[in-house]
Amino acid sequence: MKDFATLVTRVDESTKTSVKTAALVDYFQTASDADKLWTIALFTGRRPKRTTTATRLREWAAEVAGLPDWLFEDSYNVVGDLAETIALVLPPSAGDEDKPLAEWIAYVRHLSTLEDDDRKAGILDAWSRLPQAERFLFTKLLTGGFRIGVSAKLITRALSQATGQPEAELTHKLMGNWTPDTVTWETLIEADDPTADLSRPYPFYLAYQLDSFDDLGSPAEWNAERKWDGIRGQLIVRGGEHYLWSRGEDLMTDRFPELAQLRDYLPDGTVIDGEVLAFSDERPLPFNALQKRIGRKTVPKKLLTEAPVVLMAYDLLEHGGNDIRSKTFTARRNQLSLLIKDIPSEAPMRLSKSVDFTTWNELSAARDQSRDLGAEGLMLKRCDSPYLSGRKRGDWWKWKIDPLTIDAVMIYAQAGHGRRANLFTDYTFAVRDGNELVPFTKAYSGLTDAEFREITAWVRKNTLQRFGPVRQVPPTHVFEIAFEGIQESPRHKSGVALRFPRMLRWRRDKPVDEANTLDDLKEMLATYG
Amino acid sequence: MADVLTFTDRGIYCAAGDFYIDPWQPVDRALITHGHSDHARSGMGRYLATEGTAPVMRHRLGEITLQTASYGQQIEIGDAQVSFHPAGHVPGSAQIRVAVGGQVWVVSGDYKTVADGMSEPFEPVTCHAFISECTFGLPVFKWTPEDVLTRQINDWWAANAAAGRTSILGAYALGKAQRLLTTVDVSIGPILTHGAIENTNDVLRGQGIPLPDTTRVTPDTTHKTHPGALVLATPSALGTSWTRRFGPSSTAFASGWMALRGVRRRRAADRGFIVSDHADWDGLNSAIKATGADKLFVTHGYTSSFRRWLTDQGYDAHVVSTDYQGEGFDKDDEGEG
Ligand SMILES: [Zn+2]
Ligand SMILES: [Zn+2]
Repeated sequence: MKDFATLVTRVDESTKTSVKTAALVDYFQTASDADKLWTIALFTGRRPKRTTTATRLREWAAEVAGLPDWLFEDSYNVVGDLAETIALVLPPSAGDEDKPLAEWIAYVRHLSTLEDDDRKAGILDAWSRLPQAERFLFTKLLTGGFRIGVSAKLITRALSQATGQPEAELTHKLMGNWTPDTVTWETLIEADDPTADLSRPYPFYLAYQLDSFDDLGSPAEWNAERKWDGIRGQLIVRGGEHYLWSRGEDLMTDRFPELAQLRDYLPDGTVIDGEVLAFSDERPLPFNALQKRIGRKTVPKKLLTEAPVVLMAYDLLEHGGNDIRSKTFTARRNQLSLLIKDIPSEAPMRLSKSVDFTTWNELSAARDQSRDLGAEGLMLKRCDSPYLSGRKRGDWWKWKIDPLTIDAVMIYAQAGHGRRANLFTDYTFAVRDGNELVPFTKAYSGLTDAEFREITAWVRKNTLQRFGPVRQVPPTHVFEIAFEGIQESPRHKSGVALRFPRMLRWRRDKPVDEANTLDDLKEMLATYG
Repeated sequence: MADVLTFTDRGIYCAAGDFYIDPWQPVDRALITHGHSDHARSGMGRYLATEGTAPVMRHRLGEITLQTASYGQQIEIGDAQVSFHPAGHVPGSAQIRVAVGGQVWVVSGDYKTVADGMSEPFEPVTCHAFISECTFGLPVFKWTPEDVLTRQINDWWAANAAAGRTSILGAYALGKAQRLLTTVDVSIGPILTHGAIENTNDVLRGQGIPLPDTTRVTPDTTHKTHPGALVLATPSALGTSWTRRFGPSSTAFASGWMALRGVRRRRAADRGFIVSDHADWDGLNSAIKATGADKLFVTHGYTSSFRRWLTDQGYDAHVVSTDYQGEGFDKDDEGEG
């Protein structure tokens, strides 16, 4: 596993894409097929099942290191990663063993089959034999999580350099629900039939935010539609089965069982790109309705009636079993509306309607209606554009509405984890209510590193009280908080919950008594909630 | 029995001798553990420090009234007996021992227990009460053994030189930079230094500390004039346009914080070398044990966790808040604390 450890260290430490790519290419040219396959699997989120609980691992590591549980916890809070904390606190290892990655994974899976005591013995033995970098990776495998700074894009680029195959083809090959048990390096990478796997989705095409109309040319070359705030999904109907994929390559088929009936209306060999939306009375429900459905593997009946979903169809990628992504958007879209035309309205499928416009001003006016329609802005697609893969400039643009904002006072600060250990980056904000300050949201992103450092120094000097890791600070600094939505929430003292709150900027110019009030917040709830 | 030292908002105070140790507000009489900027500050009436600390203090603070002491020399101040003992942190750095009426208290200043080949090695001082820093007071901080570290840095430099890349290493200007200088393999290539580091090099060379030959970076210095060079840069120069002149390069950062993967990534260098002039977890524990003290005060660092750990071990341990800064990984000036 040394070569894999070296790869992870090189990829993890450097911020230079060229360094990361070179490390991956090196690895793909030298490692065994089994190790390469597992490496791709791990880097694309296909990991072995968790061997044991995080709680047990914590206990065992603290025991071996001779630390009380609370001190292990304090350490974990600073490090921010369980496997890393364990690798750091364990006593130096005696051995320097080098077995291939695939063998270690086999060992980890073998451990899963054992009784707790034997499993513990097996883990402690491995810890005592592995040097620190490998110990970290072994423990990562045990916890099942594997997040290293490698994007799918980087992997396909390196694979492309190592194998000579085009990137787009490799991107497609790596999608779907394969695991190292169902494929080999040969069938996944070397063989050239990406549709061999019926469930395999196409790479999603993603848009950048539009800055200006200057380079777009004539409005006539463009199609506009609403940008819906649900879960982007790809519905596949092939071989009498259907599959629903998220943009993050999660298979969501079972979470939205109502979409199964679409098999009755869509012919085999159909792939549709769309948005899963909680939908009732021909309009989207607030996002928190969909939120209830996310993260549930099975859906109780009650929820199915409370928060029914539809697939709002944007695009057609496969028709009659043929990949039609290279056809023009207009052609694909016509084909899509023909497919959907005969589907009855009881079925959970809608065509995302085009927004009519002849000038950019008209389009801008249409964008202003977004919030009323429950949309988060507009999508602009060039009529003659193919369906590309990944985030590309030029043919597709999203034009989101501006976020809602409110000026709030910082009252608590907490240190970040991991990358931001020992910087105060997580703040609690309040609005004014008479002479009181009412906390209403937390936010932890949006400032520059320099601003975080400045506030950290200030927090250290101005702590009023400590509550564990949280520091109370005097109400001094005002921040503009941006958010995407606001909902009623009896769980919060303020009575509201925000969607995607983040710091837009530090309002150094504003004194605390010019921050917004609880009444302002309630008014926003009444208008947008 | 009155406490030998008390903790005030100006600094650590000794009433029996009417002096302060490493004060952060102006006072009449200041005893200084070492020359880092968070310990040796301007504006004091009189200073007392070791002979090894004096040159860098004069360099940084300019005209000051400064009396020096050698390690172990006994000095009477009022009713207090004072002496300085090696802290192993940077050349000249000291722990300060204060004895009043049979009670002995020791202020550690910043310290490390491993010998760095340049600073006078840490010397345990028996005492009743020990005031210890704990910048790295968590069991996740364990330093790379000196020989492994040296090999890692030399390998990195040699590989870069072979590939036509400049090696740019970020390290604090006083202590860390010189410590690295004395361990690297000078046969690999030329060594260039950022101005702030070279100024400190001059001061240390002036007091007889042997350092390898280095060349100060000027506007004309590039990777063409010095191919395969190792560049020692201040942390603040890393990642700025200052490094562009060196052409294709690999950057690295040397700090105790590099033990944490998250910080390594945040620091955005190509490599992180785990090395500190502060004690690691094992160093803190062994140093404290060696003092024989049963009363402990911990300051700058993971104080609340470390105090609880010490209390669990049976010590009478307290947290005191001071203005010292530990080893910052974002600070720009030459003081790393
Ligand atoms: Zn220091
Ligand atoms: Zn310090």
